[in-house]
Amino acid sequence: MERVIVAMQDPDMGVKMRNQRLLITVIPHAMTGNDVIEWLIQKYNITEEEARHLGGLLVQYGYIYPLRDPRSLLLRSDDSPYRFQTPYFWTSSRWPASELDYAIYLAKKNIRKQGELVDYEKENYSILHKRINHTWDFVVMQAREQLRASKQRRKADRIVLECQEQAYWLINKPCVNMPLYYHYTTTIQLRYYYYTTIIHRRALGRNRVKSSICLESFMKYSEQYLHHDPIMSGCLPSNPWISDDTAHWTINTDMVGTPTRLRVERWSFSFMELLNDSMGRREFMIYLEKEFSAENLCFWVACEDLRHGESSKIILKVEEVYKNFLAPGAARWVNIDSKTMERTLEGIKRPHRFIMDDAQMHIYFLMKKDSYPRYLKSELYKNMLAKAIVPQETKKSVFPFMRRQRHSSPSPAMVTQATEDDGKAKGAGPTGTSSTTNSQI
Amino acid sequence: MCDQTFLAITFGPCDSCSENPVGRQSRLDGRSQRATKNICSCCSPFCPFPMACQGLASGETLKSLKAESETLRKKLEEERKKLHDVELEKVAEKAEALGELNMKTRRTLKGHGNKVLCMDWCKDKRRIVSSSQDGKVIVWDAFTTNKEHAVTMPTTWVMACAYAPSGCAIACGGLDNKCSVYPLSLDKDENLAAKKKSVAMHTNYLSGCTFTNSDMQILTSSGDGTSALWDVESGQLLQSFHGHSADVLTLDLAPSETGNTFVSGGSDKKANVWDLRSGQNVQSFDTHDSDINCVKYYPSGDAFASASDDSTCRLFDLRADREVSIYSKDSIMFGAASVDFSLSGRLLFAGYNDYTINVWDVLKGTRVAILFGHENRVSSLRVSPDGTAFCSGSWDNTLRVRQEGRGVVRELKQGGTTPYLKNIFLFN
Repeated sequence: MERVIVAMQDPDMGVKMRNQRLLITVIPHAMTGNDVIEWLIQKYNITEEEARHLGGLLVQYGYIYPLRDPRSLLLRSDDSPYRFQTPYFWTSSRWPASELDYAIYLAKKNIRKQGELVDYEKENYSILHKRINHTWDFVVMQAREQLRASKQRRKADRIVLECQEQAYWLINKPCVNMPLYYHYTTTIQLRYYYYTTIIHRRALGRNRVKSSICLESFMKYSEQYLHHDPIMSGCLPSNPWISDDTAHWTINTDMVGTPTRLRVERWSFSFMELLNDSMGRREFMIYLEKEFSAENLCFWVACEDLRHGESSKIILKVEEVYKNFLAPGAARWVNIDSKTMERTLEGIKRPHRFIMDDAQMHIYFLMKKDSYPRYLKSELYKNMLAKAIVPQETKKSVFPFMRRQRHSSPSPAMVTQATEDDGKAKGAGPTGTSSTTNSQI
Repeated sequence: MCDQTFLAITFGPCDSCSENPVGRQSRLDGRSQRATKNICSCCSPFCPFPMACQGLASGETLKSLKAESETLRKKLEEERKKLHDVELEKVAEKAEALGELNMKTRRTLKGHGNKVLCMDWCKDKRRIVSSSQDGKVIVWDAFTTNKEHAVTMPTTWVMACAYAPSGCAIACGGLDNKCSVYPLSLDKDENLAAKKKSVAMHTNYLSGCTFTNSDMQILTSSGDGTSALWDVESGQLLQSFHGHSADVLTLDLAPSETGNTFVSGGSDKKANVWDLRSGQNVQSFDTHDSDINCVKYYPSGDAFASASDDSTCRLFDLRADREVSIYSKDSIMFGAASVDFSLSGRLLFAGYNDYTINVWDVLKGTRVAILFGHENRVSSLRVSPDGTAFCSGSWDNTLRVRQEGRGVVRELKQGGTTPYLKNIFLFN
């Protein structure tokens, strides 16, 4: 089909071009329907009927578009003007029009002339708006940019481009009503369904817990943490945001001498709470040293460091861990069952980030089941609890004209640098985080 | 076709199905961590099964596969129902009813020139990083409302930002398809942009990013339908997660003991739970009616909440493998953009597109309070790490830090260069 078009556009042998007048501006390169048909008859030696049919097809596929009545895709054998569509918009050279592009076009139209959208366009516009709502601003932005760029062109060119675009979209509107995946071919759909069947099968094979048990656990959790939630039960001595007093934060920092009671209580909620709080971790370490099982915690810390540390140091770290904890006769040999040990030693030959996971999990649960409960019953913990302070609630002054100075705290970056200068880096801000690496004790 | 005046992106056909349009970015730094294949979101998930799919071509097979998928899904629904012996409302009857909640704005952070799109708290409980549509990322000390650092990104629409656990770096990204990490220096005059490190490279916009337990790894989600885990130091891709059939809009890391999973929500209305190590999709929930804008884990790690454009928030339990609660009201017609839990998990704060924030009682399923104050939609909402307050960022260019107001209340608003005092006396 395209060969025909190219031939038609040939200046000498092609269809007679005339300038067309559209109100004030003159649009070049227009031709009448009659001309098209006559040319076709001449060139291909066909009957008028066939020429009309062929011409009609050309219009339907978008290679020629009518100027006066753009919506009727017919080739009329009279004076109605037509023009060739630029190759840019030819159906064969473009990938299937996406919804996004169509949305941008509709948005442009809407912006340019409010209410110019025809009914079906309005429908499509609202459907698209609902569907791709999250990128709607992107669409509007694109539309505005394009409008702005086009304003800088000459009027005649602009009109030409507009006509071309309009004609293109008339023919190539993506079908907005169908759900997303219908756009895609059978292969894609096949893959999608194959994938979902696998997911469903996997889900069916999973062990599920009864709702009653799960929901009870939510209740318990909320109750347990009720007093620790500042929004629900206020905070002592006072909420910093209300009173402008940072006392609450200063008494809860990492290195404070005596921790608050709430904090120490929280350690008894779960093993992870204890480990996440750096002071809790320290206390636990002290306890373990008394019990001569400190290597477990050291091993766990080293594995965490391996998992979350820099990629470049992985091999080094794995070697160190092996040397210190796993090698037979190592200084701090950890007690792992033989199967896990075998698997880990195998894996060390090809070290990667998660190689110690099995061993780490084993030690973690060992500590959780054994050392942790004993710690909670130990003298050490009980003393800590007794020593812990319950801060006084600050008396609210009746005359709130005194405005407290709000001091800025040192930036975490500064704190880190200060400790780095001391030697081993303890990368943490004013509060304990699980990324804290305890230096070798 | 589109005049992408701010990105070096052109559209072309997908490399694997040759059909769907996909954005291609010209690599300006010559680094190619991934194969330079640009694939649409529909093709990429199916790479694990290329061999199996190649034989399938006819329409008959499609129908049978579809039918099989449907039957499996129905079976799954039945199985889930069997174990569902009680509703959350029943269990929650024993819980204490919550009193009236009265949250007041304690700080208003003004300084962004355009819509605030995302924000994150630092572990020190007082610093906040926020990003906006004009490409600026600002680090605030929310307690004093001072701006500490400001970075101008080379792209607009910075849709994701995150604070590193150590407090020494921030990560942000958006329409530039990349996630960049900026180390925060002490010298305030130093140009932070000079030290920028490009970590993630996606084939479409970056919708969410978060650091894992350390500064060394970043998890990102993107509009190209994938999520990925990156190593910060080398910029290498450690693991990628395929399975969404549309843009991935949000993600959240699990706080659980084993710390190995994360949940992501996307435009395909699904919320998927992934295993970080293997890259596999472990669980999937698809009861929402529209795009999922935000997902957040319950503090214990056994459940997560999601906020969606269908104006509901839902709670999904991971052990029971089903949706356990819906938080919705007929009077709420606008989509929810962001959710977060309070420290105890009893309260769920949700920011909506109708400029309000609704506070839900997680257990009873009722709305506890509705908070006003923003003049445009609330785009992001986070509770501070110790639970003392929560901050909401909005399209009205401000961020508000809110806390409960009981007793004598002093409300201070500071903004711009003319601070003014407003005194309100409320005697309890």
